[in-house]
Amino acid sequence: MSAHDPSAGFEELAMPLFDSLYNFAHWLTQNRDEAEDLVQETYAKALKGFGTFQPGTNFRAWIYRILRNTFLTSRTGLAASRTVPLEPEDDQEQTLAVSTETPESILLREAGQQQVQAALERVPVIYREVLLLCDVEEMSYQEIADTLAVPIGTVMSRLYRARKALRAALAGKMREARHA
Amino acid sequence: MPDAWQPKIDPYLDSELSADEMRGMDAHLRECPSCASDALRRLQLKRATRLAGQRYAPSAQFRSRIEKQVAKKSHAVRRWAWVPALVAPVLLLAAVVTVGRWYESYRSQQVLAELADLHVADLASPTPVDVVSSDRHTVKPWFQGKLPFTFDLPELTGTGYTLVGGRVAYLQHEPGAHLLFDVRAHHISVFIFRDTPDIERGFPARDSRGRVLSFNVESWTHGGLRYFAFSDANPEAVEGLCSLLKQAGA
Repeated sequence: MSAHDPSAGFEELAMPLFDSLYNFAHWLTQNRDEAEDLVQETYAKALKGFGTFQPGTNFRAWIYRILRNTFLTSRTGLAASRTVPLEPEDDQEQTLAVSTETPESILLREAGQQQVQAALERVPVIYREVLLLCDVEEMSYQEIADTLAVPIGTVMSRLYRARKALRAALAGKMREARHA
Repeated sequence: MPDAWQPKIDPYLDSELSADEMRGMDAHLRECPSCASDALRRLQLKRATRLAGQRYAPSAQFRSRIEKQVAKKSHAVRRWAWVPALVAPVLLLAAVVTVGRWYESYRSQQVLAELADLHVADLASPTPVDVVSSDRHTVKPWFQGKLPFTFDLPELTGTGYTLVGGRVAYLQHEPGAHLLFDVRAHHISVFIFRDTPDIERGFPARDSRGRVLSFNVESWTHGGLRYFAFSDANPEAVEGLCSLLKQAGA
């Protein structure tokens, strides 16, 4: 990266992430226009701040962090964070106990993709984002920790709660479908 | 009943354990039906989340807007700004190519995830194969009348690989062979299906290698059939068996 042209290389790093950034933004905002605004603002901020990006560090985590921080300060993001019932995030907590809920195998066999998507929409945004980063974007725990600016232990406990919330939402969707 | 391995199942499926722990978990899952079925349930949820999460695609207009925004600031001089009439068809072509590639990748991920489920489910099953024999002359004829194709198996004596047996598997409603081999303490699943247009679209390359959920995977085609090998064994061990199968005419 040349010192005199800090934006050189930005396009090559940032544009391949465009589709996944948009998908992530749309899942966060649940609205096409807001997702577009969020992605556009993210690219503008990232381009402006690219001079501070340290070559050799994780660009994907860096630009996802910008997108997420931008979302959190938006009207929708502020509303979402106010309405999320935050449980204590004790990193030492034994969070991965055995689930006694209905087995996923039964739920998933009965549920179609649309029902899984509808269940994912119901998962609070703080858990939805960690599920998307881990299972859809296939980020490592370290990358997710860098993106969310939290310790790895918090990533693990949020993932546990996120999957538990998804299972519960999916079970709810299936119950609704049966009674419809 | 919960045990010391239970909390490690999610990190295992997320490929977040150390190499030693991954091997330890592999061994544990072969011995503990409770953890194996729990791992399978979690794997299915993870797979469903991945498929459901790939939901939203940006519009071509929005992509164009961002590309312009980035390019304008990234490059002081835009040499081709005088040919906007050319941009639209090029973008359209790029969008078509991108969508096509995304769809191919999506199809191949879907197929591999389905096969990973079959592999894990098989190992978790108390009866992983329906025909139990290390004799290829017993296993191959067993599939007669069950599959709309046939295949050849290599002689494995002295190779370090053992044929455990086989069963009929289904991929996208197509019947195929699921063969189980052992190499040292590891299992290798080999799936054989007809190379249908659906599968072919997901795997346009004749041969491919990679990793799916920490499994080493190798795939190839021969004689209108598509072969997939799945295992937690190292890539060389998987490759060794694949070479033997290919030499046998597979």
